[in-house]
Amino acid sequence: MSQQAATLPTQSPPFWRDLRFLTIGGQILFVLLVALVAGTLYANVTQGMARLGMTAGFSFMNSTAGFEISQKIVPFEPQDSYWRAFQVGVVNTLVVAMVGIALATLLGIIVGVSQLSPNWLVAQLARTYVITFRNIPLLLQLFFWYFGVFQALPNVRQSIELPGHIYLNSRGLVIPWLEGNPTAGTWWLLVGASVLVAGGVMYALKVRQDRTGQQAPGLLIGAGIVAGTAGLGMLLLNPFTVTIPELQRFNFQGGLRISIEYTALVVGLVIYTGAFIAEHVRAGIQGISKGQSEAARALGLKRGQMLRLVILPQALRIIIPPTTNEYLNLTKNSSLAIAIGYPDLFNVSRTILNQTGQAVSVILLIMASYLTISLFTSLLMNLYNQRVRLVER
Amino acid sequence: MAIETQTAPPKVRLDPVRWMRDNLFSSWANSILTVVAVALLYSIGQPTLRWLFTQADWGVVIANLKLLMVGQYPLDQVWRVWLSLLLTMAMLGVSKGVWSQVVGLVGPAYVLGLTLLAVQPFPFYGLTNRLWLAACAAVLIGGWWLGRRYGPSLAFRNGVSWAWVLLLPLVLLLLRGIEPLLPVIPTRAWGGLLLTFVLAITTIVFSFPIGVLLAVGRRSPLPAVSLFSTIYIEVFRGVPLVTVLFMFLIMLPLFVPGSESTDNIIRAIVGFTLFTAAYIAENVRGGLQSIPKGQYEAAKAVGLNPFLTMALVILPQALRIVIPSNVSQYVSLYKDTALVVVAGGGMLELLGISRNIANQPEFLGKFIEALVFAGVLYWIFAFSMSYIARRLEAELGMSKR
Repeated sequence: MSQQAATLPTQSPPFWRDLRFLTIGGQILFVLLVALVAGTLYANVTQGMARLGMTAGFSFMNSTAGFEISQKIVPFEPQDSYWRAFQVGVVNTLVVAMVGIALATLLGIIVGVSQLSPNWLVAQLARTYVITFRNIPLLLQLFFWYFGVFQALPNVRQSIELPGHIYLNSRGLVIPWLEGNPTAGTWWLLVGASVLVAGGVMYALKVRQDRTGQQAPGLLIGAGIVAGTAGLGMLLLNPFTVTIPELQRFNFQGGLRISIEYTALVVGLVIYTGAFIAEHVRAGIQGISKGQSEAARALGLKRGQMLRLVILPQALRIIIPPTTNEYLNLTKNSSLAIAIGYPDLFNVSRTILNQTGQAVSVILLIMASYLTISLFTSLLMNLYNQRVRLVER
Repeated sequence: MAIETQTAPPKVRLDPVRWMRDNLFSSWANSILTVVAVALLYSIGQPTLRWLFTQADWGVVIANLKLLMVGQYPLDQVWRVWLSLLLTMAMLGVSKGVWSQVVGLVGPAYVLGLTLLAVQPFPFYGLTNRLWLAACAAVLIGGWWLGRRYGPSLAFRNGVSWAWVLLLPLVLLLLRGIEPLLPVIPTRAWGGLLLTFVLAITTIVFSFPIGVLLAVGRRSPLPAVSLFSTIYIEVFRGVPLVTVLFMFLIMLPLFVPGSESTDNIIRAIVGFTLFTAAYIAENVRGGLQSIPKGQYEAAKAVGLNPFLTMALVILPQALRIVIPSNVSQYVSLYKDTALVVVAGGGMLELLGISRNIANQPEFLGKFIEALVFAGVLYWIFAFSMSYIARRLEAELGMSKR
């Protein structure tokens, strides 16, 4: 027995038990298998495409679209190409996603903090909101907002008037808007420059605090510089004219009209995603041990300083990764726009698909667009996450 | 003011007043918040309650109760659905008896709900249905007793776990039928809440093993395997579920010739499964990463090969950790089954049926009533699942420390 054991190391194992052979052989087998499946699928697709009269490539995207898109930020006419229509869809998706993310973050923070409020009523309201909207399908909520709330609004003549010249009717939300004058460009340049200056001043103040310990309200000074420049520029240059919506015979003149499809989509997405973000915010704040706030108070920090300098930097570390996922979910969920007729990326692409029949190319285009948006968003959030992490260590 | 109330001796004070002072009006800011909250509550609650009780016409829901629950499932075969529910309730009862902390209030709440539905005075449904509901409540309580009685035995607990696993194929078989014994009900006829559950449960069963394989694959030292897994996971996580479903419902014949006749439900399940597997894989990867290196080294030291190390040492620990996050994933899958409404394919699960019944001429425009009813049904089960997930998390977290 012992003799055998002694001779074992000199023998090399048979090749089917050799780890090097197994790993390389296994991988070759795996690659072959994947290639086989992919090859079969590819062959099937090319055959199917030939059968159904589809062509490979994207040249069909250059032909005239021929359909109208009801809501667009970039100009679009029916005689424009499919590419142009697709771009309109991408921009529409981005507009929903960006506004939705901003509002959902705001709502999520407010509700998340409210859940921990010492005020019983406020905490219960926040909790009820979260458990209600988290557990109902988003699509159902979108149907509810669109068909139940926004389509049921009164017609234009009986618009609901909200404070600040905001009108709500079954055709959309009308809000006051700024119209740029020729001097607007100069004003934007000035504001941009002031942001740079403010950043420099804040950095200098921070360097001084690190060196000498002298404190200065850096954020306040920075905000003051930017706000002062912007305000002064407004007075001197007169870059914008405010247009206030006014009810004419059949519709509103002036202001900005936002369609009910867009409003319902954003409201639905914000209320749904806000509930999830609120939970992450609550968990993040609760995840900081009580000793941290006690220690901060023992050091003599005020409540605001304690939140800003001690609690939040640590809580953010817990909050950001799951919230990134919520941002991505919101962006992907905006594809449900198709259910209520808002022309987003997926909706426009489906129209293109129905008109041209080029299923494979269009699906590839849709998937590639969403992948790009998703990867880009997670890249940005990962960068921010790393910064927060550095603060902590 | 605040100091006064604290230094004053606790005399005979009416409790509600004191409670309100402590919880609602402890400071100026707090009082303002309370007023704002009351105003908000009133402005939302008053119209909602008025609509619910005076304006809404629930006839659309009452007339279509059977469609909402089981779709076109033949009326004389509905007992099979009831029997499936009965079995599930029995299992829920036994689980409540065995793992009382985890199931928590879900057990009593279901007993109460089923009993109330069985004895409620309105003539929405017949005596047979009431008897089934009462039977469900009864087996829940019976199972509960059984679970408490035999719960301490490890063999019994393992038996319960396996029974849950076996319950799913059994129920599917019961619903579908086997020819000589039970007439086969084509899946076309399935609908409503029943279809929602079938879609969700089948996807859960299939996506779990695929997800585990992908997670292990992503962490594999073999570059070909890990590259493939990573690409798969990132692609499916990067695109919306609607587009995946759309692809499988509309474009499957293009990829697989001869699949034109494949059941739409199966296509949808394939789409849901491949999508969910990517998310499960990421959860499981998180669990795998949290296993300390010492576990791998220990397994190696006792002479386990990489496969056995994974199967016997690492995965049992990692999967235990990720149970709560997987349940959350399944809750969102359950909600996402509603997406088949927009992806096409003509499947009428709960949300699809709700939309269709509002198109019946006599109930035209009663969409919101149908939506609210469907929403409540979605909510009950999604909330039960997330409640159990939360409790499971607490339970597992405690045993870890």
